[in-house]
Amino acid sequence: MDYSQFLMMRQELGLLVVFLLVFLYDLFMPKKAQTHLPVFTTVLFAVFTLLGLNLFWAEGTAFGGMYESTMSTEAIKRILNIGALIVLIQSIKWANSEFVAVRRGEFYSLLLITLLGMYLMISARHFLLFVIGLETASLPLAALAAFNKNHYESHEAAIKYLLTAVFSSAIFMMGLSFVYALGGSLYFADLSTAIIGSESALLIVALAFVISGVGFKLSLVPFHLWTADVYQGAPTSVTSYLSVISKGAAAFAFMIILAQVFGSVYSQVWEWMLYALIILTITVGNLFAIRQKNLKRFLAFSSISQAGYIMLGVVANSTLGLASVMYYVLIYIFSNLAAFGVIQAVENNTGKVSMDEYNGLYKTNPKLSAAMMIAMFSLAGIPPFAGFFSKFFIFSATLQTESVALYVLVLIALINTIISLYYYLLVVKAMFINPNDNPIATFKSAISERIALVICVVGIMLLGVASCVYTFLTNVSTF
Amino acid sequence: MIWDNILIYFVVIPVLMLAGLAISKSMAQIRTICVIGASALLALAAYVTIAYLGERATGNTAAMLFTGSWMWFEPLNIHLALGVDGISVVMLILSSVIVFAGIFASWKIDPLPKEYFMWFCLLSTGVFGFFISIDMFTMFMFYEVALIPMYLLIGVWGSGNKNYSAMKLTLMLMGGSAFLMLGILGIYYHSSIDGNFTMNILEISQNNAIPQDWQMYLFPMTFVGFGVLGAMFPFHTWSPDGHASAPTAVSMLHAGVLMKLGGYGCFRIAIYLMPYAATELAWIFLILTGISVVYGAFSACVQTDLKYINAYSSVSHCGLVLFAILMLNTTAMTGAVMQMLSHGLMTALFFALIGMIYGRTHTRDIRQLGGLMQIMPFLSVCYVIAGLASLGLPGLSGFVAEMTIFVGSFEHTDMFHRVFTIVACCSIVITAVYILRVVGKILFGAVQDEHHRTLTDAQWHERLSTITLIVCVAAIGCFPSFFSEIIRNSFLTIIKVLPL
Repeated sequence: MDYSQFLMMRQELGLLVVFLLVFLYDLFMPKKAQTHLPVFTTVLFAVFTLLGLNLFWAEGTAFGGMYESTMSTEAIKRILNIGALIVLIQSIKWANSEFVAVRRGEFYSLLLITLLGMYLMISARHFLLFVIGLETASLPLAALAAFNKNHYESHEAAIKYLLTAVFSSAIFMMGLSFVYALGGSLYFADLSTAIIGSESALLIVALAFVISGVGFKLSLVPFHLWTADVYQGAPTSVTSYLSVISKGAAAFAFMIILAQVFGSVYSQVWEWMLYALIILTITVGNLFAIRQKNLKRFLAFSSISQAGYIMLGVVANSTLGLASVMYYVLIYIFSNLAAFGVIQAVENNTGKVSMDEYNGLYKTNPKLSAAMMIAMFSLAGIPPFAGFFSKFFIFSATLQTESVALYVLVLIALINTIISLYYYLLVVKAMFINPNDNPIATFKSAISERIALVICVVGIMLLGVASCVYTFLTNVSTF
Repeated sequence: MIWDNILIYFVVIPVLMLAGLAISKSMAQIRTICVIGASALLALAAYVTIAYLGERATGNTAAMLFTGSWMWFEPLNIHLALGVDGISVVMLILSSVIVFAGIFASWKIDPLPKEYFMWFCLLSTGVFGFFISIDMFTMFMFYEVALIPMYLLIGVWGSGNKNYSAMKLTLMLMGGSAFLMLGILGIYYHSSIDGNFTMNILEISQNNAIPQDWQMYLFPMTFVGFGVLGAMFPFHTWSPDGHASAPTAVSMLHAGVLMKLGGYGCFRIAIYLMPYAATELAWIFLILTGISVVYGAFSACVQTDLKYINAYSSVSHCGLVLFAILMLNTTAMTGAVMQMLSHGLMTALFFALIGMIYGRTHTRDIRQLGGLMQIMPFLSVCYVIAGLASLGLPGLSGFVAEMTIFVGSFEHTDMFHRVFTIVACCSIVITAVYILRVVGKILFGAVQDEHHRTLTDAQWHERLSTITLIVCVAAIGCFPSFFSEIIRNSFLTIIKVLPL
């Protein structure tokens, strides 16, 4: 065996080293040093992420074509790293809190191992490896969702997540078995040649199964029913991880599968399926978000509709589409994590998560409110914040092919941005406009939470205006 | 280098003001920053005007002057492209005058002055950025930058039914911009035959590559997108509520400048880039804007709230702007821009005065006001001047604008245009009705509330604000050819592309 092919997996190996060090630290360090575990992990991961920005870029295949590392997969992994780093920084205070402290080692180990699973999902060029990645990325998250052991909702979230994850995997693998029947192989490359021009019913069923399987991970409507409960019940750190990293990774993997395996049957089979899914996802997500009072549930529905916008880039089915999806997810990571950062800071200090309780927050906590407002504007796509640019680029990528259907699709999505603006403005309204006689008292959030928020806000301000980011992503985007 | 271009400073100054305000500590500092910034903008606008006229005098006949283009997003060929023609120059003058007056009109804003002026500066950034851009992407971006501060400006500092109005205004305008965005992307993907798509307006017009059938889809989209901001019937409903609830300076800036973005965008993007569809579809929008003109005027007649009267009057006057643009000839379009200028200044004056009266009497209901001429003569005289300008007294700006518009409209010899011109002309009479009714009632009637006798007249900052605006209104009225020449020459390039 040629061991040098492991060198293609530099990101995976690096992450594995981080994971093992954290694991060993947890296992062997004296109890006193244990309180430094969160900081240790975060710093280690930050070093790994920052080094990775410049080093370790690899291109090539390994294991007989089962694994492939291209510029775009490498870029995607780094985007996920940045998001995971922010989540880690945000969760430092929470991980040291009373009930979590005894199990924080598990928290970090499980979190890092899911990230490894996502890496494999993205780089897999064989469905076996893909499924291994998918399961590694899903199952530990159920344990993480149950982390608030003393809370009933946390258990509910975990069991809901576990059952849907398992169920969706089963459906996905059913689809895979049909695909295997069609192509006689599980390699992406072999499959795509085997199904060229095919319009058989089996292919349509197989694709429907595959799409619904991944749709669960992405919480596309109608596979979204678990989302709100899980987001609400799980600890906020886990929720933010679920909503950005897990979703982003699934979106990339989905896009790569559709383009690499089913690219040749785009217009016959899955184009229309995605149209329907996108319209449903964006609209239902938006309409349900309007009525939410709990901010975590609110963000759950908002993230459902955001997934719909991400899928617009997938429909584009082009390298520009992939670049726009990468860019969108990057911006979404910063915007959504800024929102979750504020929610977490408020929750950790006062235990409040309801929108009504945010009334008048600006009077007592102006900086947090400003950060939340910027996050909301970015999610709604208001310039000069980065969300505007990512929305504009994803729409322009979708319209690249001249077709009236796509124009209608984009129009529906655009009208939905108005609905979404309405509910994002409700949050802004609560903080800035609504009167409140006893608003949340002024508090000083932990240094780690503040650092994470500053990173997010700076990212939202700069990533849009600084055109080099998007240009870079279009340059590296290949299938 | 980008900093060598004079136009970029129209955006840089408000951004610097924003940064300065963010670190300011006291009211005195806030005021200093705002006054210096607004004066600098005014000076810059004056300088650009002089430089523009100088360039033209030397025989430079390019469509846009002071152009510059810097690559921004390479994959989509998006540039930061700047340039002005005569129309943008007068719009820049208008905006800087109103920003200047607006700052003095909100001299004593309370609460949260710092935040108020920060949003105000962001709004100005958007407005100035819009007028200096010739790239559709940056134009659209600045357009949205100008819209969103309205929500908080109305929601936090507004009065009356402010939550409802702020949300309605924001959602309707953003709804318009959703159509606009699709229109812009559609134009972009048809901007060139050989696949070198561009966002630059001049290049798109030069390529002239948008297929006629696509023009028929894209023209209504962009026109409606901008038309919402131009208060075109039936998308005008945000305007009365929004203006009535907004704080003084915001009403001024919004009615004075922001609504002009709509009219400006209509000819700069919709008509200039899609001339075929413009000539084909103008009649539909002519009917709609004709309704705006008359309907707005009639609605103003029955209102009892001073701000609502003025807001409906804005619907009518802004309707006239779009109406004139759709006449598609040089005279009427010149009149349209004159009307933008004139309406911007006099509506700002109106809203400033209403704000000052409301600040003293705490009511805007004309049934509870009366005899103000005895109590606050300065403000009342200003109000009369604004009223006379609005109903088109010769010597003030309104007359010049409306005269040009109707002369231009009547140049069309066909029945349809003539009938609509006559219908729109009726609005002049109706305007006189509602203006004189209000002037007679609140200024010259009997004093309704004895408590009002104790009120004082305008303070120095209020006088400065109103006098600035009155001087401009009179200047346009007395020297109209100075402005109309600048505008007219620039319209020739737009008219040239129309297949008439």
